[in-house]
Amino acid sequence: MEALPSAPSPLIALVGNPNCGKTALFNILTGSRQKVANYAGVTVERKEGSLLTPSGLRVRILDLPGAYSLDPLTPDEQVTADVLLGRRTGETQPDFVVCVTDATNLRQNLRLVLSLKRLGLPMVVALNMSDIARRKGIVIDAERLAAELGVPVVETIGVKATGVRALIKVLDGLAIPGRARQAAAWRTPSASDIEHDQSEVRRILGLVGGDRLDGVTISDRVDAVVLHPVFGPLILAGILFLVFQAVFAWAQVPMDAIRFGVAAFGHWLGAALPESLLKGLLINGVLAGVGSVLVFLPQIIILFFFILMLEDSGYLPRAAFLLDRVMGSVGLSGRAFIPLLSSFACAIPGIMATRTIQNPRDRLATIMIAPLMTCSARLPVYALIIGAFIPQRTLWGGLELQGVVLFGLYIVGVASAMAVAFVLKRSGRGTGFQALMLELPAYHWPNLRSLGIGLWQRVEIFMSRVGTIILALMVILWALSSFPAPPPGAAGPPIQYSIAGHLGAWLAVLFAPIGFNWQISIALVPGLAAREVAVGALGTVYALSATGDDVSGALTPLIAHSWSLPTAFSLLAWYVFAPQCLSTLATVKRETNSWRYPIIMAAYLFGLAYAGSWITYRVAVALLS
Amino acid sequence: MVSVTAADAAAPAELGRRLAELGFLPGEAVRIVARGMMARAPIAVRIGTGTFALRLFEAACIRVCPEQPQPA
Repeated sequence: MEALPSAPSPLIALVGNPNCGKTALFNILTGSRQKVANYAGVTVERKEGSLLTPSGLRVRILDLPGAYSLDPLTPDEQVTADVLLGRRTGETQPDFVVCVTDATNLRQNLRLVLSLKRLGLPMVVALNMSDIARRKGIVIDAERLAAELGVPVVETIGVKATGVRALIKVLDGLAIPGRARQAAAWRTPSASDIEHDQSEVRRILGLVGGDRLDGVTISDRVDAVVLHPVFGPLILAGILFLVFQAVFAWAQVPMDAIRFGVAAFGHWLGAALPESLLKGLLINGVLAGVGSVLVFLPQIIILFFFILMLEDSGYLPRAAFLLDRVMGSVGLSGRAFIPLLSSFACAIPGIMATRTIQNPRDRLATIMIAPLMTCSARLPVYALIIGAFIPQRTLWGGLELQGVVLFGLYIVGVASAMAVAFVLKRSGRGTGFQALMLELPAYHWPNLRSLGIGLWQRVEIFMSRVGTIILALMVILWALSSFPAPPPGAAGPPIQYSIAGHLGAWLAVLFAPIGFNWQISIALVPGLAAREVAVGALGTVYALSATGDDVSGALTPLIAHSWSLPTAFSLLAWYVFAPQCLSTLATVKRETNSWRYPIIMAAYLFGLAYAGSWITYRVAVALLS
Repeated sequence: MVSVTAADAAAPAELGRRLAELGFLPGEAVRIVARGMMARAPIAVRIGTGTFALRLFEAACIRVCPEQPQPA
């Protein structure tokens, strides 16, 4: 059909059970790069894209959070139900539904299809992951299924461009009924409705095949080891340990290369440029600041390589299973595990992922402790201090001491999160039930293409932060640290007479009890915008305090000489709690729809950080004196 | 064979409904895949072609009976 230019583009919604591959289909159809992973609840909000069909029809495609039913229990399922029922303000009801099913799990997925049929929207059923089904020997008579359901059925492979041809053909031939369609009266299904649906599903599956109830699958065999009461936790600990070892061991060469490159560029620039204000800005502001953050790119890439591998393989929900008792003992919902794990990348997606938690109180508790998970922006700070103060030594069993210390810092973060959760639980009124009910998906090999895309996205995010926010803050910090110029004949580095110098001196009074000097105190301020900026800020501040021109890339030996060990430990402790991340606080405000919780969060994290650093500093001073 | 009932009177009704939505419905076969380390919890349960991790109070809402021999 020929679309009239004035006709509104039909709106097509992708609906289905969690983890059936809706977002992978969405990405292929629209050319988007939304996050996909092998666990339920990756998509927590509606995402829109568009597709131009071969005949020139422009359709809008909506990716919705996965749902087990249209009767929502969690905030993410609520989005799906509201959109489908046309109840979401500012959004029209979709014109057409693509009901995405996991072809290897139809017994579970077809119930939602029957529910959606009752909704009365025109639809097509996509048998997704049809390649995996075929490999498992599951044969589904798609024509018969279409006849039984009374709607078209197509096979799809969400990870291949050629896997969506049949679906695009259906969408291409869409005759969209007028918008004045009557929404079918929707009634929440009762228990007997669900049972009735299930017997209908069994009847249909009996006719079309695809109901091979595997005895013991490969995933079961893997689980027999991975979920084993003794080996399971050992494997989990081993994996985590490997990650932190690799972050230091594998990153050494590329980090040295970047450091060398930045230093060489600095020397070249220093020799090529005439003495001027611009030279100062470029070398002491931009290069010293940005360069000292850039060095940590290899470590970030290694960390995300492991995170993406774990996400894609299906291991994450197993880790949630293994640690569920620990989570439960401090009153956290089992569902909290995955949002908390996402927070190791960044607290912001972690806080958004709490939408999969049903109970509002459990959800709030999870949001409040998410910033205690060590986000990747803290890695540069840790790595800088560890690199400067912890000797490169191999312990028994070939373990790197630096990796062990880093692992320890992550553990301290997790332990304090558990402690805070425990306090929240104690102070809460009436505990109620904290649900788990977490699907353990079949394992699959991580897809190299999506692993590559995922890593590249992290590089882009990191580089764009370096190129925008960090660069801008470095320029501002350089200006504040360079003006006003020192009075003639003044002794000491010029920065002490600048605005930043005065601010630092004032802040140092506040932070002296926990061992921070004025350089650290200044660096904490731009660190509010993004934690890794603190590293860049230290680079700039020290470059400007240095007397010689021995600057860019040499931050590590500089702080190793000028900080005492207690100061270094104190700063590490500060960053375990690190209250300063404005974007996280803004996300909490948005997700809780109130100023109350971001304020409480900032206050309690600041209190913990100050107390933690004070104790660390005092104990370290007492032990080392 | 399995049937889902709210065994625990204190359990919210939505718990039983959610279990039903996950597929814990009369006539479906269940099997325990794995149990946790401490107090043998949580448990991983195969239902149909899916596997779910359940806390014990959730699993307590599910009544099961030994599989009946199928009439030939």
